[in-house]
Amino acid sequence: MTATPPGTQPLLHPLHGLLLAFPIALFPSALFADITYLNTAEVQWTNFAAWLNAGALLVGGFAVLWSVVDAIRLSRTAVAKRGLLLFVLLAVMWIVGLINAFQHSRDGWSSVETTGLILSIVSAVLALGAGWIAFSRRRSA
Amino acid sequence: MMVARNLIAVSALALALASCGQSRPGIDQEGADPNLPAQRETLLPPMKIATPVGWEGETPKAPDGFTVTALATGLKVPRQMLVLPNGDILVAEGSGQSAPALRPKDVIAGLIKARGKTDVKGGNRLTLLRDRDGDGKAEVRTVFADGLNSPYGLAFVDGQIYVADQDALLRFAYRDGDTKATGPGVEVTKLPSRINHHWTKSLAASADGTKLYVGIGSNSNIGERGLAVEGDRAQIWEIDRVTGAHRPYATGTRNPTAMAIQPETKQLWTVANERDELGPQLVPDYLTSIRDGGFYGWPYSYWGPNADPRVHPQKPEMVKKAIRPDYALGSHVAALGLSFVSGEGLGPWKHGAFVGQHGSWNRQDLSGYKVVWVPFANGRPAGKPQDVLTGFLKDGHARGRPVGVAYDPVGRRLLVADDLSNTVWRVAPRR
Repeated sequence: MTATPPGTQPLLHPLHGLLLAFPIALFPSALFADITYLNTAEVQWTNFAAWLNAGALLVGGFAVLWSVVDAIRLSRTAVAKRGLLLFVLLAVMWIVGLINAFQHSRDGWSSVETTGLILSIVSAVLALGAGWIAFSRRRSA
Repeated sequence: MMVARNLIAVSALALALASCGQSRPGIDQEGADPNLPAQRETLLPPMKIATPVGWEGETPKAPDGFTVTALATGLKVPRQMLVLPNGDILVAEGSGQSAPALRPKDVIAGLIKARGKTDVKGGNRLTLLRDRDGDGKAEVRTVFADGLNSPYGLAFVDGQIYVADQDALLRFAYRDGDTKATGPGVEVTKLPSRINHHWTKSLAASADGTKLYVGIGSNSNIGERGLAVEGDRAQIWEIDRVTGAHRPYATGTRNPTAMAIQPETKQLWTVANERDELGPQLVPDYLTSIRDGGFYGWPYSYWGPNADPRVHPQKPEMVKKAIRPDYALGSHVAALGLSFVSGEGLGPWKHGAFVGQHGSWNRQDLSGYKVVWVPFANGRPAGKPQDVLTGFLKDGHARGRPVGVAYDPVGRRLLVADDLSNTVWRVAPRR
């Protein structure tokens, strides 16, 4: 064990943190691109949203896998619940993001409309929530 | 536990997606009044590629009383053909540029679609074929012109051969019996070529020979590259043969891939490929006469008044103007060839048109992959399409894909270009 006092130790390995930074930044960016598309009907914004969402999925996918390992590794420790919660949030975020990738593969206005906007909001909120939990200092349950 | 539950959820989702591409039986989409089911925009656009297999010495199948032979093989992506006055045949070979991928979807769909295409690179040339002894094999084969830029549409008027490259209309001087162009092509006019999502430029000459018609496809499926790049697309241009001056003759034709003059009425007809991703049975590709100044719906609506929700803003005033096409050929059949029969005709095929159907890639049950006959009476389609040439599919694989069709009144035969097996097939009465 490290010498760091238990109350200040982060939950994540630094590399896991870097992987997680991608969905945290890209899902909300995709949301803003969607909002701009719905306001302007300028197709480049839905193209941006599709790529941002794809980037969040690609790198975020590794963060999800890592969180599985962590959830199992931490299952007998004091932070088991947080490890599990982080995994669940990331897994749901990723699945919602995947559905949104298909939604954004539709053409024209159908690539976003209400469904795409809701999916973007959900994946952005889940990414931010997962980040909040992941980067909080470890506290005993 | 949680992982297992997620896996089950994902599998259920995948199953639900896979079942989306099925078409419903009993929906008749051929003829003047096709049955149009409700729009079904699925989460995952269904793609089903018939991957290529060889002919293994076999040929496509024609009705009894006809033989099919390979007039020429080993071509470089043959598309459209032109029968010259002396019975020689010109074949345009080319494969177009690919429009840039704008979204992850374009990258993935491009990779999937490539699995159903030939590996051969387009020849960018015109090949001349001659079969004087009528044995069904071309004994003379020359490169008539090369260094072209994805040639597609061909027409002959008054000693000139007109060639529609993907970016320009060219003409070559021709004298009876020539096997090679005597000079380089002369540009008649430039053609719209920015992006060139649908790159093929179809071509037909008016009955009196004064005008040329060029079919220009849309720059997207349904405006997803922005309507700013569609200004001169999804149109048929009328071009003055002498001056090269042009005007839009008809608009809203999403992808007019082959055009021809109906021999009795002298009216211009086209086959056009309609939009994708509204379901396996939307929207039917069509064969229609073209009215001067007519608007045929794209992008705002299809088959007359059926608005497309993917276009924003919607334009009800344009939807109101949209002309209903004359004759539906079926959804996603990808009609790429059109040739009317003139003179005494070929066996049972006397009044009507041959239509080449390249075949579908975005519905689970494959459609097209054949050449059909659309019977005409009094200058209008009369009756359901009949199979002329089949057997392009075998066990879910494609042995060939028909593109251009050409009725040859001199040799009394039908020619079919196949851009998968790189063959020109000849269908002739059995002797």
